[in-house]
Amino acid sequence: MPTSVISPRLSESGAMVERHWQQLAGQRRLYTLAAGMLLLIAVSGSLWFANETNAGKFFDRLPHLFDFVGDLVPRDGWEIWRALFDLPSPYEDGSLKYDYVDGRHYLTDSFYIPEYFYKMVETLNIAILSTVIGLIFGFILSFLAARNMTHNVWIRAPARRVMEIMRAFPEVVLAGFFLAILSLGPIPAVIAVSIHTVGALGKLFFEVIENADMKPDEGLKAVGANWLERSWFGIVPQVMPNFMSYFLLRLEINVRASTIIGAVGGGGIGEQLRLSISRGHEAKTLAIILLLLLTIIAVDQFSAWLRRKLVGDQAFQAI
Amino acid sequence: MTILTTAEMDALAARHPDILHRSAWQRFRLPIIAAAVVAYFIFAWWFFAVGKVVGTANWGLAGNYLADWISYEIRPDIEVAADGSMQITYPRFDPIGPNPNPDWLQAKRETVTRTVNIAPASGTSPSSSSTSSFSFMAPAPTQQQAASSAAPTTETRTEEVVTEAVVQMGASRTIDILPDRVVLTRGSETVTLTLDRDADRVLADGALPEWAEQRSTGGRVTAYFGFSGWAEISADRVRIRKRFLGWENFFFDTNSAFFGKSASEVASLIVSGERLDPAQSNLSLAWSDILYNPSWQHLDVWTKLLQTIVMAFIGTLFAMIVAFPLSFIAARNIFRNRPVNQLTKRLFDFLRSVDMLIWALFFTRAFGPGPLAGISAIFLTDTGTLGKLYAEALENIDDKQREGVRSVGAPPATVQRYGVVPQVMPVFVSQALYFWESNTRSATIIGAVGAGGIGLKLWEAMRTNSDWENVAYMVLLILLVVFLFDGISNALRSRLVGRER
Repeated sequence: MPTSVISPRLSESGAMVERHWQQLAGQRRLYTLAAGMLLLIAVSGSLWFANETNAGKFFDRLPHLFDFVGDLVPRDGWEIWRALFDLPSPYEDGSLKYDYVDGRHYLTDSFYIPEYFYKMVETLNIAILSTVIGLIFGFILSFLAARNMTHNVWIRAPARRVMEIMRAFPEVVLAGFFLAILSLGPIPAVIAVSIHTVGALGKLFFEVIENADMKPDEGLKAVGANWLERSWFGIVPQVMPNFMSYFLLRLEINVRASTIIGAVGGGGIGEQLRLSISRGHEAKTLAIILLLLLTIIAVDQFSAWLRRKLVGDQAFQAI
Repeated sequence: MTILTTAEMDALAARHPDILHRSAWQRFRLPIIAAAVVAYFIFAWWFFAVGKVVGTANWGLAGNYLADWISYEIRPDIEVAADGSMQITYPRFDPIGPNPNPDWLQAKRETVTRTVNIAPASGTSPSSSSTSSFSFMAPAPTQQQAASSAAPTTETRTEEVVTEAVVQMGASRTIDILPDRVVLTRGSETVTLTLDRDADRVLADGALPEWAEQRSTGGRVTAYFGFSGWAEISADRVRIRKRFLGWENFFFDTNSAFFGKSASEVASLIVSGERLDPAQSNLSLAWSDILYNPSWQHLDVWTKLLQTIVMAFIGTLFAMIVAFPLSFIAARNIFRNRPVNQLTKRLFDFLRSVDMLIWALFFTRAFGPGPLAGISAIFLTDTGTLGKLYAEALENIDDKQREGVRSVGAPPATVQRYGVVPQVMPVFVSQALYFWESNTRSATIIGAVGAGGIGLKLWEAMRTNSDWENVAYMVLLILLVVFLFDGISNALRSRLVGRER
């Protein structure tokens, strides 16, 4: 028995629904296609522009990338350790390349810290000091910027604008400006990173304060506490774990930031890395990268552990 | 209201000993932390030698640099010759242009007969003779040189010279320069300085006010007029630094044909003026004069800004494209192979922990300075970060949808496409947008270490210590771009994930 496909006849309203659906689907396809084309044009245009304005062209330079990677391989496995711990190298030829002993930082006549460890400590100190400064000022500013603690818009709005500007102002400009006044060294880096941290932490802090439970505050208000007492006994105990968590998160970021600022003249390990890469000192470069990698992983792990202790797993749900 | 008796209070205290008798750490936590912080600050003060560095810093420069961000100086030099005639000169690249006649510097000119020393004309004539003697047929140059070396002569001529100059340094602040004295006025205070050129001394007529200073008696006097500038008076020369608010010659530089013309004049020249340069129309001349303005370098700045934007855009986009499939491999619940999961996650950790700086330096060495290095650095760092975040998001998904799709017999790829991707896509895109936004900022910084873009240009402008107005211009552009992209990415994000989040 032959069968035939019978398309069910739609009623008039059913056909209209179908027509609309087709129309919407077609429109959607068109938009997706147009967006895809636009993205493609933007990407290829950008790539062409990037390649055109670069000093070396991508495909010309690609073999050099592998050369450079090949150059980085040290002569033997112990060379990195010698560079890291300032031990004399058997390849010593009078040049800076294998001269590891020179940069020692002597604390007493015989006790010394290897150069790169000292520089790493310097970078870590830049990060810690500027995060602590950022914590203190961000803490103060955040109470002025939170809607539930400061009702006066003439205080709140300027506090927020100040933090926005501090956050968005390029760190490299702050560093450059203070480098021009204070001469080379870590203090411009501390100032630049601190200013950025005040803005960044202040924003996160005042959002925490605005989400705080206001019942303790009301209770304190009922027994006649003033603004400081309400903030200190009503809000601070609630928000402190979150503040600390953000503080630690910021510390992780600042370790990286102070390395970068170091590379543009702020001292510390970043500068050593830039110098050794540009001079082509393979073993030194690898030693610094290894040290930096281990430090960053250690700081990240430590801060993750502490944050988990302070606020529990919820700190890891959102970025 | 009930009032507790002492016995009741004691009973309450006995029931809750932990509230009233807290441990030493709980009680002294705050002072201990405060003391630790103070101790750390003292350590940092010693470690970074803050006192020494801040003490030796030049804070006067700081004010000048800051003022340079939004203003510029014009620097006329007024030289007073022995007979009292003056000469007003401007430095070669002064923003005032080639034919200065500012209305704030009024010079009184008189025609006098004076004796002038003619310096030996060593500059022009021997050089012209030497070029002509380049041919071997030229006459021997000895005669000419003998004639010109006999030069130090005096000549009496009648000419128009400046005999008095009055500089307006702002409201009720003037410097009146006369051949034998300089009168400084600031508000109600007036100082008269007598110029003794024979002894090379400057003498004040009384005690100097606090805005003028003289290091040694008879030495030169420096007078400060606040923001409007300062002047340095020595016996035979008055150097003036007058500060003006604004960015000088922002559109047309001094050697442009449009220099010094008002906006309406420029507009009428462009619309209906005669061609200033026969080779091109006035519009294209004006346009290229603006783009290639040597002190502001608009074209270069905008190209570099575009490079920075491209670095952030391409770096983040490619990172997202690569991190997307890798995160499926790294997620425990999707790719059920523990060693491969762990390997991918460690790869993400490695990419993330080798800092953006290291990648930037590395690729700058490989590709040469430029946006390619920046793109590569952002791409690798963000592949790590986005991959980690994506894998975490995938591990937290709701499994019911996947089971539903699988239960109707869909192949594995389709299960991921319809069971997983719709759940995580908004999160993925919103995180990528967040990183796009923050990379626009970090692209500036890694640019300064050589990865190209506006960061490098900014850094170069700062190193010269004289182009702070260019720095301000670039910072303004960067801030505009950052705020604009913040807005775009926030708008896109809230459309994607809903306004609540």
